[in-house]
Amino acid sequence: MTLIHRHRWLAPLFLLAPGLAWLAIFFLVPLGFLAYQSLQSGTFEQGYTFTWQFSNYKDAITGYDEQLVRSFVYAGIATVATLLISYPLVYWIAFHGGRWKNMLLLLIVAPFFVTYLIRTLAWQNILADQGPVVGFLRDIHVLSADGRLLATTFAVVSGITYNFLPFMALPLYVSLEQIDARLLEAAQDLYASKTKAFLRVTLPLSAPGIVAGTLLTFIPAAGDFINAQLLGTPKQYMIGNVIQSKFLELIDYPAAAALSFVLMALIMVALLVYARVVGTEKLTG
Amino acid sequence: MTDLTRLELLRRAALGGAALSIPGFLAACGGDDGETAGTTTGESAALASTLRFSNWQLYIDRDAKKKSPSLEQFTAKSGVKVNYVEDVNDNATYFGKIQGPLSQGRGIDRDIIVMTDNSRFPGLLVSKKWVEPLDKERMPNISNLIDAQMSPPFDPDRTYSVPWLSGITGLATNVKASGGRIVTTMQQLLEDPKLKGKVTLLTEVADTMSPIMLENGDDPSKVTDESWNKAYDRIQKAVDAGQIRRFTGNDYVADLERGNIAAALSWSGDVATGLAANKALRWNLPEQGSDIWTDNMFIPLDGSVPTASEYMNFYLDPKVAAMVAVGTGYISPVKGVKDEAVKLDPESANNPLIFPDDEILSNVVQFDSAALNNQTYIEQWQQLLGA
Repeated sequence: MTLIHRHRWLAPLFLLAPGLAWLAIFFLVPLGFLAYQSLQSGTFEQGYTFTWQFSNYKDAITGYDEQLVRSFVYAGIATVATLLISYPLVYWIAFHGGRWKNMLLLLIVAPFFVTYLIRTLAWQNILADQGPVVGFLRDIHVLSADGRLLATTFAVVSGITYNFLPFMALPLYVSLEQIDARLLEAAQDLYASKTKAFLRVTLPLSAPGIVAGTLLTFIPAAGDFINAQLLGTPKQYMIGNVIQSKFLELIDYPAAAALSFVLMALIMVALLVYARVVGTEKLTG
Repeated sequence: MTDLTRLELLRRAALGGAALSIPGFLAACGGDDGETAGTTTGESAALASTLRFSNWQLYIDRDAKKKSPSLEQFTAKSGVKVNYVEDVNDNATYFGKIQGPLSQGRGIDRDIIVMTDNSRFPGLLVSKKWVEPLDKERMPNISNLIDAQMSPPFDPDRTYSVPWLSGITGLATNVKASGGRIVTTMQQLLEDPKLKGKVTLLTEVADTMSPIMLENGDDPSKVTDESWNKAYDRIQKAVDAGQIRRFTGNDYVADLERGNIAAALSWSGDVATGLAANKALRWNLPEQGSDIWTDNMFIPLDGSVPTASEYMNFYLDPKVAAMVAVGTGYISPVKGVKDEAVKLDPESANNPLIFPDDEILSNVVQFDSAALNNQTYIEQWQQLLGA
């Protein structure tokens, strides 16, 4: 106690200690180990040795540029889709949900009580070639007679959108819910139309939620491999599938580690560009 | 002879076994439910109370209640319960899953695992010393192995392994989804536009490459760069054209049954027996032939050697091996199985998938084991699988 009294500056450090320790043990150490692995060479049979093998990075980028690009495109489309779907949804809940607000929010989160894998496997059944959805779409000629949904790009992107929707909806809800309704009244008193009031007041005030939701959706979506694996074909495989198979099937740790770093670096770059465009102050509200 | 009669026979056999060994039966009932390998008391002190067994789907005899009469017989006889898990989908994925703990010298909570000789993994398990030697003292029945199975290249003295079943890779068709056509050649599978997007191949390199190489007029038991590339390019073309929906392990079964896929590279017994209830399914050996393979039981590090050895010895009894072979539709490595199978189900003795005739045997080959370990091929193959 006296130590803290005498050195007041120590107090925040004490409070930070558990978090810092957690980060160090479960993030920095594994990250360092991964970096070390990514510069190894050898084979699984003979074992891997550390040789500053920088070519692992070159091989990772040149060998899997297709899957890298695809990951970012899919994650980007899914992020925009989650935003377009969840914004009107949570807007309505926040402003018109009344006493049902919590109930409605619970409904958004409810699918999350089931594990990720089972949720995605359920979509295999829903979208099955002989299933009711495809049957209906064929009947109304949206799909051709032997058209399908499962094992297509559409299925994979939809799967990602579905699985990450709550990550967008919840932060959006928080920022919309906090908006003071009197500001909107004031805007209308000042002769703003409903559209204008939305564009000039609601939208800017909900920007922190949009930014937070985008990050929470885009980052994990770019590294996802379950949706492509279960709802796609090899032509939809994303970089996560490559890393997964390199780690677990080829047991090629250096290549997998290098690819993981490439993915992290690209996500970082994407985020920096994003922050530059929307402005960092939006991140903190 | 209907299925029911056969199942009834199997069930009676199981009950008979239980009655013969009442103490064993009681021990089975009173055993604890935990999955950990505790030990029972009495004369079988060395045996664990539960045998933890990892195997592939549709790979054990099942009665109408989905129970396995042969495993129940083992429990009745030995007092050891069996925790039978169908968690091997393909060799590479399963090996990937278990190699982490094994490489650190830890066990994987299994006493028996099953891997195929046409992958590089049995060899790796032995060379890395990730498997325990069998307790041959407990295994007099090992002499029942057929000669061809006595000395596989990855384990010449059968120190670590016992063969489970052998099978043939072939073409399964769901005629409802294929518009009535039955696929009998790789060319149809890879190129027929009517099957576009409704075809799966196997992630196992030997099983997919062999029938294609044979159709190309090449020999899969002696792979050359030329024959490899020729077959590889054909698959790549089919993938690029969108003909191939997925590369699968045993999970092709679910898609084939539902009709999401019309045709699949498939393992012989699965359709003949495991999926026999689905009348829309057909199975054919590709016209130009295919590969034959054998799955092998191993005891991974830390598995209970006495318990696993006891089970393997039990399995090598022709009566038991016959139950499993007839129940799964695969080829048994045990001598005298045919005589026992006739008693269980006379029809099965005429099933060429269980007791292959010369015509079938002259049409199947074993894939080149050197090619399985060729690093270039391994990487190329993984790239083809989409990752």
